[in-house]
Amino acid sequence: MIQETKVKEMESVVIRFSGDSGDGMQLAGTIFSNLSAELGNEIITFPDYPAEIRAPHGTLSGVSGFQMQLGAKKIYTPGDKADVLIAMNPAALKVNAQFLKPHSVVIIDMDSFQAEDLKRAMFQTDNPFEELGLTSVQIVAAPITQMCKSCLESIADNKQALRSRNIFALGLVCWLFNRPLEIVEKLLSEKFKKKPNVLEANLQVLQSGFNYGHNKHASVSTYRIETVSQKKGFYTDVNGNKATAYGLIAAAEKAGLPLFLGSYPITPATDIMQELSARKELGVKVMQTEDEIAGICTAIGASFAGNLAVTSTSGPGLALKSEAIGLAVIAEIPLVVVDVQRAGPSTGMPTKSEQTDLAQALYGRNGESPAVVLAALSPTDCFDSAFWAAKIALEHMTPVILLTDGYIANGSSAWRIPDMKEYPDIRPPYVTPGMREEWLPYQRNPENGVRYWAVPGTEGFMHRIGGLEKDFTTGVISTDPANHQKMVRTRQAKIDNIAAAIPPQTVMGDEDAELLVIGWGGTYGHLSEAVEKVRESGRKVAFTHFRYINPLPQNTETILRKYKKVLVVEQNLGQFAGYLRAKINGFNPGQFNRVKGQPFIVSRLVEEMIELINQ
Amino acid sequence: MIYQANDFKSPQLVRWCPGCGDYGVLSSLHKAMAQLEVAPHDVAVVSGIGCSSRLPYYMNTYGFHTIHGRGAAVATGVKVANPRLSVWLATGDGDCLAIGGNHFIHAVRRNIDLNILLMNNKIYGLTKGQYSPTSARGFVSKSSPFGTIEDPFRPAELTIGARGRFFARTIDTDVKNSQNILVAAAKHKGTSVVEVLLNCVIFNDGIHDGITARENRPDRTIFLRHGEKMIYGKDNNKGIVQEGFSLKAVTIGEGGYSPEDVLVHDATTADPSLHLRLALMDGNELPVALGVIREVEAPTYDCEMEDQINRVKAKNAARTLNEFLMSGDVWEVK
Repeated sequence: MIQETKVKEMESVVIRFSGDSGDGMQLAGTIFSNLSAELGNEIITFPDYPAEIRAPHGTLSGVSGFQMQLGAKKIYTPGDKADVLIAMNPAALKVNAQFLKPHSVVIIDMDSFQAEDLKRAMFQTDNPFEELGLTSVQIVAAPITQMCKSCLESIADNKQALRSRNIFALGLVCWLFNRPLEIVEKLLSEKFKKKPNVLEANLQVLQSGFNYGHNKHASVSTYRIETVSQKKGFYTDVNGNKATAYGLIAAAEKAGLPLFLGSYPITPATDIMQELSARKELGVKVMQTEDEIAGICTAIGASFAGNLAVTSTSGPGLALKSEAIGLAVIAEIPLVVVDVQRAGPSTGMPTKSEQTDLAQALYGRNGESPAVVLAALSPTDCFDSAFWAAKIALEHMTPVILLTDGYIANGSSAWRIPDMKEYPDIRPPYVTPGMREEWLPYQRNPENGVRYWAVPGTEGFMHRIGGLEKDFTTGVISTDPANHQKMVRTRQAKIDNIAAAIPPQTVMGDEDAELLVIGWGGTYGHLSEAVEKVRESGRKVAFTHFRYINPLPQNTETILRKYKKVLVVEQNLGQFAGYLRAKINGFNPGQFNRVKGQPFIVSRLVEEMIELINQ
Repeated sequence: MIYQANDFKSPQLVRWCPGCGDYGVLSSLHKAMAQLEVAPHDVAVVSGIGCSSRLPYYMNTYGFHTIHGRGAAVATGVKVANPRLSVWLATGDGDCLAIGGNHFIHAVRRNIDLNILLMNNKIYGLTKGQYSPTSARGFVSKSSPFGTIEDPFRPAELTIGARGRFFARTIDTDVKNSQNILVAAAKHKGTSVVEVLLNCVIFNDGIHDGITARENRPDRTIFLRHGEKMIYGKDNNKGIVQEGFSLKAVTIGEGGYSPEDVLVHDATTADPSLHLRLALMDGNELPVALGVIREVEAPTYDCEMEDQINRVKAKNAARTLNEFLMSGDVWEVK
């Protein structure tokens, strides 16, 4: 029953792969996004997985998803609602019903929509679509399990056939989007090169999934997305955690220093440690330590010994590291602390994303303990932000806290492999042989207040540092009251001075608008898309998004005072808004706060902005 | 000698209480470093918090006085970052075995090449007299006015339990033997733990006297030397023998014991069971063991890390981030 295919030409499309956490939906999604990126689409992806590694089969708590948006033009987010949903069981359909557009295509494995499956997902009736109110969606009910079994009858057992369901679905999606299978076959061959039997099975079901769509479901609308004209160069797919790891490696190369990471496994930051521990050919030293405190303390030791030293963690781990960050502050040694924020407090929702560690990063230490705070904007921006965090730490002899979040850490997009010639050198303030006679450990460069770095092993510069207050001049321990005040102010001034070394804040959109939207960190994509939509509707809006949080760029106050209405948008109860109020006398912005552990919904942001403009 | 003990003394005034056992350790360390012929700029002395952790300030080397309990972790980072440095950790019973217990056992387990000076005075001195994890059950202190109700750690047991390869014990005032033991600890590749029985004149004066006082020492301690018979005593006529699974102190020539029955100390056997029994001798029935009790060779973490990096480099041509990225899954936009 081959019919003429209805092809929808679209600027962008949102696809969601969903199933049990053991169903391989992340793999199917990743392969499809890599394939689309390779064909020249803009891509942003976001995995949404449960905290349980394998929750009970077919239950609502075990649903794992992978969402992506493909586009012909610049894409900022994985999208709000899906045009296409692949639901491997009733639980996946139920959990994702709220994320569907009205006329979306829903692909299901009808073999896993039997009475028992429906019961496990707490459906009351035998018609899940009606029960969820999904009356206008286009359903592709394929007997995926049966087809996999019969297609693999001669070469694989039932278990393997069941494991291949994700690839059958992938084949079906490739048909839906007119994707050639050659690239998928190449990607699968790489993935399963050590398991030829699994590869053979997967290649067969991939083809039969594609054929099934082609032969049986030609009446469903299929999609065509134009490719974008991207900047020339070589591209790869990268998520935020990998980009963070690469940014740190790049900084170590620019500084001519070995890279050391001390870390402890914690969701969602562990991938940084895993990526760096695999990069031994680049000389990276990684210690998986006994706890979070040892993670930072080994890094502090490595920094003292002259490495570019880093520790990576998430919110609860940052809390454990507080005392040691204070040591790096008072000892004035370079250190990068990466905090991949997750929903808190306490253990909170480890796999969900938030921006709730800002106050902790800024203030969560004893004493007057200023540290530099940066926040990465997007998966690929993690590279630049990590690079700049390391540059500031090394050149200003200070701990730098880099905030990313679970959303950008796991989200991925196509990334142009950077030309390192476009990045500045990193020059730590080493002692020089000529200084030897007069040098003291806390002697500072008068221009920026930075002390010089004498690395153990250097002849003639033996010295002692530590967590005790020290004399401004001699660096020897001191409890003199006036000296302490002077040192407190000196350390603060050193951090404040960094404002002169960072780029000025820029404003996007309509500079002459009445409304200024302010964001920071990982919400850049959602805010950019929302602002663009507001402007497309003919309204004026200005937008500024912060990467440098402490210190703020020098022109921050000038920008913020220019607009009649200001809205600070963040995924917490107003930590950045409160910080700006404290920094800028009399400044009192409006706030939009959501703390759901989920990315913003662009359409909701658009509504909020339009409402404010109309007021 | 290339360097004198004085080359390792920093100009800073030493500020421990007069009579503190830490002076003896400092002096032994200055002498040991001169004997080791290591350059002061190639030495890093790290410490945590407490009286003993002030030691780095008095060394004319690189020094880092860190935070409570974390010295072992910081020292680990120093050694991994630059394995060519001679790295020392000055720590006390509270710093090392209470707040820093986790870092201590894991440093020992990893067998990273650190020299740990564990100054054990069984008290918190800098906070003015609370019981520590090595204080005996029933010990009365400011925070245990009715006596403690918990058993202490025995540092040797903890070290060997964490698979320690080097354990030695010495007395703060015995500078000559301490110096030799510190030299042995430094030469040992891997984590070396040296427990110093140390006196706190202010808050725990005389805590080790039963063992360390001049008049008690000959009969209540035994100095173990690898390859030598375990003989001790005022008259050098006592010996340690093995009976069944236990050790026993005997007088040679009495009860049918001859010198042939006395055990010969072998510090290098990998099996820790005899070392543990020797290290746990408590000065009552059996004398407290001093000297190098255990010294076993094993791969060190710092060398293994460098070796592993070199092995991976030999198999992989990428040396820059760009070379690595280009060798992966990339596509070109022209």
